[in-house]
Amino acid sequence: MFSAARQTALRHARTSCLNATRPSFIQQLHATRLASTLAVLEQRDGKLNSSSLAAVTAGVKVGGGITGIVAGSNIKAVAEEVAKVEGVEKVIYIENAAYDKGLPEHYAPLLVENIKKGGFTHVFAGHSAFGKTLMPRVAALLDVQQISDITSIESEDTFVRPIYAGNAILTVQSSDPVKVITLRSTSFPPAASGSGNASVEEGVDPKADATSEWVGEELAKSDRPELATAERVVSGGRGLKSKEEFDKLIPPLADAIGAAIGASRAAVDSGFADNSLQVGQTGKNVAPQLYLCAGISGAIQHLAGMKDSKVIACINKNAEAPIFEVADVGLVADLFDAVPEMTEKLKK
Amino acid sequence: MSGLRILVPVKRVLDYTLKPRINKAQTGIDVAGLKHSMNPFDELSIEEAVRLRERKVPVDDILAFSAGPTKAQDVLRTAMAMGADRGLHVVEENDDIEPLSVAKILAKVVKDEDRNLVIIGKQSIDDDAGQTGQMLAGLLGWSQATQASKVEIEGETITVTKEVDGGVETVKAKLPMVITTDLRLNEPRYASLPNIMKAKKKPLVKKKMEEYGIDLTKRLKTVKVTEPPVRKGGGKVDDVDGMISKLKELGAL
Repeated sequence: MFSAARQTALRHARTSCLNATRPSFIQQLHATRLASTLAVLEQRDGKLNSSSLAAVTAGVKVGGGITGIVAGSNIKAVAEEVAKVEGVEKVIYIENAAYDKGLPEHYAPLLVENIKKGGFTHVFAGHSAFGKTLMPRVAALLDVQQISDITSIESEDTFVRPIYAGNAILTVQSSDPVKVITLRSTSFPPAASGSGNASVEEGVDPKADATSEWVGEELAKSDRPELATAERVVSGGRGLKSKEEFDKLIPPLADAIGAAIGASRAAVDSGFADNSLQVGQTGKNVAPQLYLCAGISGAIQHLAGMKDSKVIACINKNAEAPIFEVADVGLVADLFDAVPEMTEKLKK
Repeated sequence: MSGLRILVPVKRVLDYTLKPRINKAQTGIDVAGLKHSMNPFDELSIEEAVRLRERKVPVDDILAFSAGPTKAQDVLRTAMAMGADRGLHVVEENDDIEPLSVAKILAKVVKDEDRNLVIIGKQSIDDDAGQTGQMLAGLLGWSQATQASKVEIEGETITVTKEVDGGVETVKAKLPMVITTDLRLNEPRYASLPNIMKAKKKPLVKKKMEEYGIDLTKRLKTVKVTEPPVRKGGGKVDDVDGMISKLKELGAL
């Protein structure tokens, strides 16, 4: 009786199911660890990167306790902010300026120490530049096979991710004791800041030696919405013919509907647009409400980055372009006429 | 100072222009008989190694490496035709080796061959994992710079410009180091016919996987491989007004 009642309670507490028909429940409890997630959160200049809170969302899906981890200088305020996020039970912070730039040579040992100490079963981070550079190093140090860029969680050991530029969807089951995972941001909305009241405590700091040094950065400045998270994206391709035409036609249309600007690889390679704007397999993945593109043919590498958009609209003068096969609304027209006309009409 | 002893791992993958077909049993991709090529990011790695030498950076040798089926030798020959000095092929007919295992093999090759720089593609375009370089750096305890768009070497110091979200970042480290290549790094050359002929004479050493003693047991089990949800085009409109009204109808504007 007693054991049965506990089983029911436990089932509530976690998503995976313990086999109720097996007699030795206690043994099984020892055999299967309860899920506990470490959410690796990003910060820059003391500001929490809210899209990294997708790691918390993933933790909620797995079930079990969620601990957030942040590191850097003046990090206490960031930790307090994370403590308010829905679903977070505990926040570990490491106050040390060495972690400000997220250099993997320092940061990976830091995570490994805290993962071992906390006995986490899952470690989630965004599939951002930070997560991509850091997490495989962490996985190797833990001797586990990382799972990259997942788009959904089937159970606590089974995950779904796109392969072959999104042309196939792979479901994998991990046998590793610690699941080290990066998440596709467009598939996991960031956990909301709310009335959470997590405990905040200091983590272990292994103070690994600095083998690399951060020299500087150059970030494209923009008042427009951030490409990866924008509600609307206006994107241009090779059909724009030059940087002058790109700059003349695309930004006004984007501004008319409050959209972020994107570009195809062809446009980036031809120097029409900055590399940070590239959408596709080797650039960013976006899934906005509206993806409006002009002068993009729709190569599979480009489609990989935008085909999860709610509505796709395209303007292209070649009626045979593959982009028309995926577009909800297609207009066969010369973009040099259609884009300015559309901008004018949308401004009103 | 002794020069750079560069390792360039290359992978044979389904050609990037082909659309992969999922097999009926939903266990994987049908690749038999289809055109394969060198992973595009690995072409950039070879190119960069060769350019370092051409820029008069002291380079002792460039070793191209691949683990995989016999046919992986084709990509090693291509790498040599582009300028790699020699090739090392670890034969493994099952070409589905997980990144962690590849990183472990590479770590062993780095030690056996006394390498001080590894230039590796940022991801392979088949499994899109983007892990091997970082894992290797972790296993070796080396510095790493991922998604490089510019590499400068002065003496023992390497300065790398990396592509990051929203722009670029520059990091500096001393050798030894692992660098992963991004598309912006360079424009790979075509292997010329004379160089293809010369590459046939360059040394290519074949080794058995057993010599490396790496456990290739997979940590991840493929449950299934399926088609992505098919997107159906919604048809065409006649003019800009038609487009605007359709977008409003769909709630996108």
